[in-house]
Amino acid sequence: MTHRRRFADREDLLGAVMLAPALGYVILLVGVPFVFAILLSFSNATAGSLSFGWTGLGNYAAILGDPIFLRALRNSVVVTVGSQVLVVVLATAAAQVFRATFRGKRFARFVLLLPWAVPVSLAAIAWTWIFDSTFSVINWTLKAAGLLHGWLYWLGDPALALLAIIIVQAWRIFPFATVIVLAGLSSIPQEIVEAAIVDGAGFWRRLFQVELPLLLPVVAVAVLFGVVYTATDLGVVYILTGGGPANTTHVLPTLAFQRGILGADLGQGAAIAVFLLPFLIVVAIGMLRLAHRTEVGGAR
Amino acid sequence: MKRVALYAAAAGLVIFAGFPFYWMLITAFKQNRDLYVGASDLSHIPWIFNDPPTLEHVKLLFGQTDFPRWVLNTLVVVVAVVVITVAVAVPAGYSLARLVGRWGERMGMGIFFTYLIPPTLLFVPFSRLISLLHLQDSLGALILIYPTMTIPFCTWLVMGFLRSVPWEIEEQAMIDGYSRLAVILKVAPRLIVPGILTVVVFTFTLVLQEFVYALTFISSVDKMTVSLGVPIALVRGDVYHWGALMAAALFTSIPLAIVYSAFMDRFIQGFTMGAVKG
Amino acid sequence: MAGIEVRSLRKHFGDLHAVDGVDLSIRDGEFLVLLGSSGSGKTTLLRMIAGLERPTSGEIHIGDLRVDGDVPPRARGIAMVFQSYALYPHRTVFQNIAFPLEASRVPKRQIEEKVRWAAEMFSITRYLDRYPRQLSGGERQRVALCRALVRDPKVFLLDEPLANLDAKLRNTARDDLKRFQRQIQTTTVYVTHDQVEAMGLGDRIVVMERGKVRQVGTPQQVYEHPVDTFVATFVGQPPMNLLDAGDPSLPPRTLTGFRPEHFLPKSVFGSGEDLRTFRFAVRRVEYLGSDRYVYGSVAGSDASAPAPTIIAKLPATIAMAIPEGETHEFAVPRHALRYFDADTGLSREV
Repeated sequence: MTHRRRFADREDLLGAVMLAPALGYVILLVGVPFVFAILLSFSNATAGSLSFGWTGLGNYAAILGDPIFLRALRNSVVVTVGSQVLVVVLATAAAQVFRATFRGKRFARFVLLLPWAVPVSLAAIAWTWIFDSTFSVINWTLKAAGLLHGWLYWLGDPALALLAIIIVQAWRIFPFATVIVLAGLSSIPQEIVEAAIVDGAGFWRRLFQVELPLLLPVVAVAVLFGVVYTATDLGVVYILTGGGPANTTHVLPTLAFQRGILGADLGQGAAIAVFLLPFLIVVAIGMLRLAHRTEVGGAR
Repeated sequence: MKRVALYAAAAGLVIFAGFPFYWMLITAFKQNRDLYVGASDLSHIPWIFNDPPTLEHVKLLFGQTDFPRWVLNTLVVVVAVVVITVAVAVPAGYSLARLVGRWGERMGMGIFFTYLIPPTLLFVPFSRLISLLHLQDSLGALILIYPTMTIPFCTWLVMGFLRSVPWEIEEQAMIDGYSRLAVILKVAPRLIVPGILTVVVFTFTLVLQEFVYALTFISSVDKMTVSLGVPIALVRGDVYHWGALMAAALFTSIPLAIVYSAFMDRFIQGFTMGAVKG
Repeated sequence: MAGIEVRSLRKHFGDLHAVDGVDLSIRDGEFLVLLGSSGSGKTTLLRMIAGLERPTSGEIHIGDLRVDGDVPPRARGIAMVFQSYALYPHRTVFQNIAFPLEASRVPKRQIEEKVRWAAEMFSITRYLDRYPRQLSGGERQRVALCRALVRDPKVFLLDEPLANLDAKLRNTARDDLKRFQRQIQTTTVYVTHDQVEAMGLGDRIVVMERGKVRQVGTPQQVYEHPVDTFVATFVGQPPMNLLDAGDPSLPPRTLTGFRPEHFLPKSVFGSGEDLRTFRFAVRRVEYLGSDRYVYGSVAGSDASAPAPTIIAKLPATIAMAIPEGETHEFAVPRHALRYFDADTGLSREV
């Protein structure tokens, strides 16, 4: 006698039912808007009305001819690459430090996590205060140490402001990268490191020829996430400089916001934001490669 | 010698990471005349209390600004979004991990990747959606939109978590006579409580930190969340009340930091997707 | 080529005495096996010789060099093969073997020669361009041995290198290993928990338990003249039978021991042999092909304590039927009996 399976046992149905809300949410509220964003970039829609008119590549032509946009694009790349380089250096150093045991390690670990934990906007406003033209405590410290003879108008000078943005981004992301690298370091089998010691490799040779190569997948993950968080970030730049002085420190997200939301030109806002996609596609491909590599047993 | 280098490096890193918070702390409690001294004046040391600390900024923050209101708004949004996220992501994660088989892994990854789609791309179409739904300038907009960030990642978290929970326990229950549904409702919850906890914590921190959507959808000061109101609205005329600002930043950061410290390992597991073994 | 001297060596991890006062003299060129179960201290001892653990107190000399201070592993003239082989996964087999030479800044041409020489010795030349993940367990083990060989060490240290191999592979690997060591005649210290391996490989065996050395001797010495009940029951499969035989001619509190292969039906022995007879109540017989194991108990011991299980090991050449549930007359030649003090476990003459 075949037992008709009740609903409570129909795993496929149950699975579908449990998955449906999430899938629905993601498709309706992420997938569709995503496609819509792309469509918008080809339109002249504005936020005021509900109109939608095709303009073809009009928006793209407009922004590619706009020096402010080109500058924003360049800034996005500079900030992302610059901050990630800094992050890798800081995270590697921090990971080495935190492998050892030393007094006060728990406290140090807690402090190191703070930049990552604090909300972006609050960190940004704190750094705005730190970089303030009149009251900057950094300037005071540098001057007191005899390292500064003129004055640094951090947020008022295009180059300095960009540097400030890079510093803040690196500051808030490196704790996250450190934790990931640390986890990676501890996953390197102890015996391999010991074999290298017995084989006669000193500290630096071990680091560069054994540990770092084995860490590559992990470091790559940290960098990938760092790229996403930095390239798509609006808060730091918006609060620190608002894109100024004179639109020189805009990055793609802030420019998209200014044109698309504040300026109500949805079409152009969308077109600008679309230029973020290359970053994200690189990341997605990178992560897929990594996942595949570890499945095949890359570094076993 | 090596020990010295270690401590020096540790100190340097800790100082770099921590001095903004120390600065926040000092600013929040410094009297204005101790605070607003030009940095070119080397005779005045900004790093210490030259005058006794004061509570005036804190009083200003809680008494004369909308900060308490923002805290309330944030809490409302947090609770609502946590409920939605747990209700949607936990079953979804369970389904992908246990019930859906091979293509569950692929779908899970697909869902995870939507987490990578940035708010700064989606806020353009969202602004139209929000105005269509007449949710502009309301907390409802945030409650609707925030789950688009939390659900993908939390589904992935739950999936990953369930991978480390042996399924033999559930199978044993089914052999013992429970239907799959009964297992889900009775047996599984106890097993994935830590996973649910991680989802709650992650959602909590994400809502507290979120800035872009809040900036896009909220314009009235009394509807703002903490993350939005503090940098944008704690301004009188053209004057930044730095003391109050830093106090607000401080009070918001500390609980978050404590929560983060406690749950760091779980997040990292989710982020690294097994690229790190164990 | 060098001998190793270990004097009063101790390693404490807090309250745990992992190595608790070990003295050892390892001769130049010998194959010495450290045998013990987990927690016996054998691996810790090996790692202290290697320089991967610092002794709490005591001395270690490798050849003329005293090494228990701050001498790093690479200065000790040792090479080590780990249980997991610890091959560098991101380097080819060639690069793995070459690594120690690169670390010593050997010129490139010489590296090439040495690696090929070592690879030939272990017949892995055709794997030189592959990665460790593409090799089987046995092949990886040989790569690990190559990497150790290529440094021309004075001492080889091996930490359970056969543990991860299939049982079938282990026998041939054991044979290869021993022949190889005989050929290059380098002092070898080998750690294992497998007493069959120890007996098969060692010139001498060091039986360790809880941080202390119980006995040092050739396999024959350790097997035939165990110094206490621990060694007697640890070495030998099945373990030596121990019981209080209730023999009035023996001093009180004496245990009698005999190995299962000496415990045979009385009728098997010749008439003139000096035997100790037992009435053996047979519970169960296991047929294992080349042998039969007979489980049962022996009457005549202390009636209040539960009777210990006695095992007899009958080779297939003894074909007589041993029905279960019956009592048979079994005997042990007197020369094969061993006696131990019931309280200290130490062997005693009687």
